[in-house]
Amino acid sequence: MLLTATAAAALMLLQQAPAEATDWDAEFGVEVKERDPVTGEIPVDPYPQSNANAGAAPYDSAGLVRDFGGREGIARIAVRTVDLSHDDPRIADIFAAHDMVRLKRTLGEQFCYLLGAGCDYTGRDMRSAHTEMGVTKADMNALVENLQTAMREAGVPFAAQNRLLAKLAPMSRDVVER
Amino acid sequence: MPSLTLCFLSLCQAAAISAVSPPVAAPYPDAAPYIGYEQVLDVVAAAVPPVAAVTPQDQAATARAVAPIGPASEISDDSGPRPGKTPLFKGGKLLLTNGVTTAEGSSGGGIARWATIAGRQMPSGIGASAHLTAIELPDFGWRSYGAALGIGDRLELSIARADFDTRDVGAALGIGQGYTFNLDTFGAKLRVAGDLVYGESWLPQIAVGLEHKRSRDGALVRALGSADDEGTDYTISATKLVLARSLLMNATLRYTEANQIGLLGFGSATGGGYQLQFEGSLGYQLSSRAVVGAEYRSKPDNLGLGEDDWIDIFAAYALTNHLTLTAAYVDLGSVATFNDQRGGFLSAQVAF
Repeated sequence: MLLTATAAAALMLLQQAPAEATDWDAEFGVEVKERDPVTGEIPVDPYPQSNANAGAAPYDSAGLVRDFGGREGIARIAVRTVDLSHDDPRIADIFAAHDMVRLKRTLGEQFCYLLGAGCDYTGRDMRSAHTEMGVTKADMNALVENLQTAMREAGVPFAAQNRLLAKLAPMSRDVVER
Repeated sequence: MPSLTLCFLSLCQAAAISAVSPPVAAPYPDAAPYIGYEQVLDVVAAAVPPVAAVTPQDQAATARAVAPIGPASEISDDSGPRPGKTPLFKGGKLLLTNGVTTAEGSSGGGIARWATIAGRQMPSGIGASAHLTAIELPDFGWRSYGAALGIGDRLELSIARADFDTRDVGAALGIGQGYTFNLDTFGAKLRVAGDLVYGESWLPQIAVGLEHKRSRDGALVRALGSADDEGTDYTISATKLVLARSLLMNATLRYTEANQIGLLGFGSATGGGYQLQFEGSLGYQLSSRAVVGAEYRSKPDNLGLGEDDWIDIFAAYALTNHLTLTAAYVDLGSVATFNDQRGGFLSAQVAF
């Protein structure tokens, strides 16, 4: 037994090293997707785009848009929410494998559309965007808290914050999987 | 040994082991085995039954073992509780969505039961809360304290003790200066549908429950005309946070025979019994930490003492994620024939 173990260890050490220039990505079939030089986003497979993908009907209130600081304010809040969540140890793992550049844009578009600030939503619908992420209600709560932080930092009145959350909360049925 | 020359990396081990047959107890027959995998392999080899011995039951078990886990959570799995996997006191609920604690120890407002589940746990976790409440009235003093256990977003179990100090009224009624009524409440509440915050905006969180109450003043409450010193309330509650309006709305129906929620016993010796009563709450969220509102609770008058409905105006503030303070102005109306019992309500709740 001891002899065979020694022989096996010796054989492991004697293996020929792989060639220096081995293309490991090719060996293992890894596809590298290049970011778009203009938008900085990783390309995605085509899908039908529609404002219906945003998951709810938009508000029609100029006051609400003003509370959020217009389109620029809404976009900043979306970016801040994604940044906070990406660094939030509770839910960072969900975000780690995804394209944050694209998420910041599509989330901003979704908020902008839902708040009636006149954007079109070009992202996927909530069910297919979150499919197989295994999002829990606790994850959803963590995201809500980060969004609340971003809105509070932007000076959005609490009642207006809740009006955005009112549009997002029913989407839990498509987002929360377990 | 020729098989060894063909193998590489970890495959070597398997090949090397399969090349040695049968497994040997030598070369050190008296020493304890010092290569871990050797013994393990022996055990596995001995444990594998012959193929012909596989029964249909064994095959069914195998199919179940390899089936996907599915949406079951740690505690609602059909294989029963898995305590080692259950997050204990890990929290995760949004602030204030576990409610505060009622005078009877249930998660709710100050006087009305809500459909919320006590504790800050998420669907797969276990949480707990404890509370202390004091109500100062012109003629009476109320102290209550208790604890609640929340299991997932499904079940709440609570226990509370209320001490109702009659002060000077005790002497006036001839039951003794500072006579204190005591009431134990054992509560259970099961969420049957909906979600306080998420899901369809028209579907509230709905819970059914009961509160079993035992007065510790049996002889006295019977002398007052009550039929019994213990009784059970049955409740159904619907509660929803209407985010678009920042409003918390609650309605509860309570089927009860309790006199002054049970402090003065249950039912009436002359025939008064169970009646359906209503509890309503309306709250406005000022921030994620603060809510103000009002509550109403109707009550029966089995004893003919002029028992009134209860009303309060409350403010609750989540001082930290775990500590919530509630202050209220309560109007309990007539209590034991002493009218206009209006005063201050202060409650502290810790929750995990």
